Amino acid sequence: MFARLPGWARSHLAALRILLVFTVVCGLAYPLALLAVAQLPGLHDRADGSLVTDTRGRTVGSALIGQSFTDGDGNPIPRYFQSRPSAAGDGYDPTSTSASNLGPEDVVDTFDDPATRDTDETRQSLLTQVCARSHDIGAFDGVDGRRPYCTAGGVGAVLAVYHAGPGYTGPITRVISVDELCPAKPFLTTYDGVTVSCRTLGDDVAAGRQVLVRGDAPARPAVPADAVTASGSGLDPQISTAYADLQIARVARTRGLPAARVRSLVAAHTTGRALGFLGEPAVNVLNLNRALDALTPARQ
Amino acid sequence: MSTNVAGVLAVALLVAVLCVGYRPLGDHMYRVYTDRRHLRVERVIYRLTGVNPDAGQRWGVYARSVLAFSLVSVLLLYLLERVQAHLPGSLGFGGVAPPLAWNTAVSFMTNTNWQAYSGESTMGHLVQMAGLAVQNFVSAAVGISVAIAVVRGLAHRRAPVAAGAGSRDNALDAGEELGNFWVDLTRTVVRLLLPICVLATLVLIAGGAIQNLHGDRLVDTLTGGHQAITGGPVASQEAIKEFGTNGGGFYNVNSAHPFENPTSWTNLFEIYLLLALPFSLPRTFGRMVGDRRQGLVIVSVMAVLAIGSLTAGAAFQAVHHGTVPTAVGAATEGTETRFGVPNSSLFATATTLTSTGAVNSFHDSYTSLGGATLLFNMMLGEIAPGGTGSGLYGMLVLAVITVFVAGLMIGRTPEYLGKRIGSREIRFAAMYFLITPAIALLGTGIAMGLPGERASMLNSGAHGLSEVLYAFTSAANNNGSAFAGISVNTTWYNTALGLAMLLGRLLPMLFVLAMAGSFARQQPLPATAGTLPTHRPQFAGMLAGTAVILVALTFFPALALGPLAEGIHA
Repeated sequence: MFARLPGWARSHLAALRILLVFTVVCGLAYPLALLAVAQLPGLHDRADGSLVTDTRGRTVGSALIGQSFTDGDGNPIPRYFQSRPSAAGDGYDPTSTSASNLGPEDVVDTFDDPATRDTDETRQSLLTQVCARSHDIGAFDGVDGRRPYCTAGGVGAVLAVYHAGPGYTGPITRVISVDELCPAKPFLTTYDGVTVSCRTLGDDVAAGRQVLVRGDAPARPAVPADAVTASGSGLDPQISTAYADLQIARVARTRGLPAARVRSLVAAHTTGRALGFLGEPAVNVLNLNRALDALTPARQ
Repeated sequence: MSTNVAGVLAVALLVAVLCVGYRPLGDHMYRVYTDRRHLRVERVIYRLTGVNPDAGQRWGVYARSVLAFSLVSVLLLYLLERVQAHLPGSLGFGGVAPPLAWNTAVSFMTNTNWQAYSGESTMGHLVQMAGLAVQNFVSAAVGISVAIAVVRGLAHRRAPVAAGAGSRDNALDAGEELGNFWVDLTRTVVRLLLPICVLATLVLIAGGAIQNLHGDRLVDTLTGGHQAITGGPVASQEAIKEFGTNGGGFYNVNSAHPFENPTSWTNLFEIYLLLALPFSLPRTFGRMVGDRRQGLVIVSVMAVLAIGSLTAGAAFQAVHHGTVPTAVGAATEGTETRFGVPNSSLFATATTLTSTGAVNSFHDSYTSLGGATLLFNMMLGEIAPGGTGSGLYGMLVLAVITVFVAGLMIGRTPEYLGKRIGSREIRFAAMYFLITPAIALLGTGIAMGLPGERASMLNSGAHGLSEVLYAFTSAANNNGSAFAGISVNTTWYNTALGLAMLLGRLLPMLFVLAMAGSFARQQPLPATAGTLPTHRPQFAGMLAGTAVILVALTFFPALALGPLAEGIHA
């Protein structure tokens, strides 16, 4: 019945009809049939989202989706193992998943300019975020929080060095610690004989030569890598075994449990590498904390 | 076991599984595209759509069918997104804004799956299932169909070399015809993609990927906070997303999301899925041209380039050079604990080499040289092994160019598989090769020239240029992965990147089909002493060299200003 149409019109008509057929087959029949199969026992709980409950049978989340274990002000709660930093919304928000997407040389902080009252321009560089987390976790868990390229105060140890001549030649005229806003006291008093000053809002730090100060922190910091970096999804349900080990003493102390008991719980919630060599061993934080609450319930 | 040893073992397992799958998958596809019979369900589809499955198409008709199907695909998907608010399962999301709807429609039609939106806050279940996932199937099928048509052009009227190895001279192969697009499309979906995706979905659900139709379920967390657990038909979409080298994630964070990629073994399974078809198509090619060694040469070039790139990329990530990675002590920013750094590098390399564009970790936070390797992978033109179909025809175009260059050097008329490469054929091959870099570099140049578009960069300086260069390279090569810091959901970027994807998909397809059309017209020449043998390791070496040198010459200046400058600075 379409034989009288010109060739191009027939092609488009065929295209539309075949696309509609595939929309029904691949777009409805395929996912819905699998949805039906997913109702089988054994598959259903997983297909439904691996939901988990607390001791009272209340659904508290998904074993696959990480959570923040912080109080209303965002401070970590000592009786819980802490998750990794998250860039998903305000942290572990499944409706706003995200990574930080900050690059490896993102080291210069942006500070808020009070002159523009309506907007807050503050943006911590990735380096400062890493330094601050390491500093805070070090204090929280009682270990050395220092890292390379970080100041003792937990910001990036980055200098802008200004020279008299063009192309960074001639004597040094001025040195600014770019991640320390005045009136902070710079982490370094002098650089090449020149006094280091803190940064003021008007400083054009991009004009200076960027110098990173390694400092005397150990190359293998006490706070593990995953503890100071945001995950890809922002929902990472797991932490490394190293970060779990670091937290055992604090959790055991606050809960009044022997460290060995907590250690065995950590081991019970550790997933090894699949087949012995895929991925990394990891500890499921929500499941571990649920197990701890079952052992020593929170005082209501 | 150390992290790096475990990473090497994971690669070894992947290579082994790909080798085991090469023959059965390649042979299965050979049977699918040379079978004279139609399945009953296929007959029903042909009747419903009013096409004659036994009519052959010359290259012009084949190309016109591809274009018609592409146009209708964009329009239908655009429409679905725009009227989302009135559809069931919209989860309360409104219609998608026109620039974003255009960008997304083009993105999924072209097998790019660039995502300027965040899945969990933009797309309802019906648009995901009946819009986006359908294009995941058919765009992959279009790519394979075009590749098979090109192979038919090269294989035309060749006498069988050995019993069972030659192309059977069936109705689809007669005259100058390249096959029938509607038949190729239907068979790819019905006999190849759907059955394997059903199995893959079940495997993923067993691993923990979700398959439900829930909206957000609010729960009170252990500490008394609130969290919305999202739902959706994720596993079924994940399977075709990887197997069709599409890459469009159900969620914003793609395969890093625990509901899309829950465990370290589903991670390797997904990497296998996205490599399986592109690495097996050379077998199909070899059988269709009647000489399996030709397929082996192509697949070995793909493998050498892929392993070289993986070695470099994984090494940069493991060494974690640069300021922040040194401060951290590992390149863990943007990676998931369960995958670890080596298996994240492996996924990143596979996804950028195949035009998939799915990610399980965030490339923007990779070390500068690790990120440069991923950019280079895309700049190779998605040939090692490339997207489903597009990888094979891209490699065949490079083979034609290699034979031509070699022919010039030894002073003979170049020929490939018995077909003479005249000025018409080499012109199409050259245009095929040049169009993608032209789009990527011009687009980047224009964006950097506009102050507003420059401001979209999240990172400043060299890394910012890398973000823009990555975006246009990804779009023009139909990859779809991103240095995701850049804010691209603006009218300008949505429009420009949409155009880059559209032209980067359809123009190369037209050129390669035209080239195949002119090969199909030729009677094959008998091989003589002057013929350059294309089934030996020597040719594989020349082909790999051509690929790398052409890309290096084209893109080196841009790479030097972006990631290399950043890497050296650090």
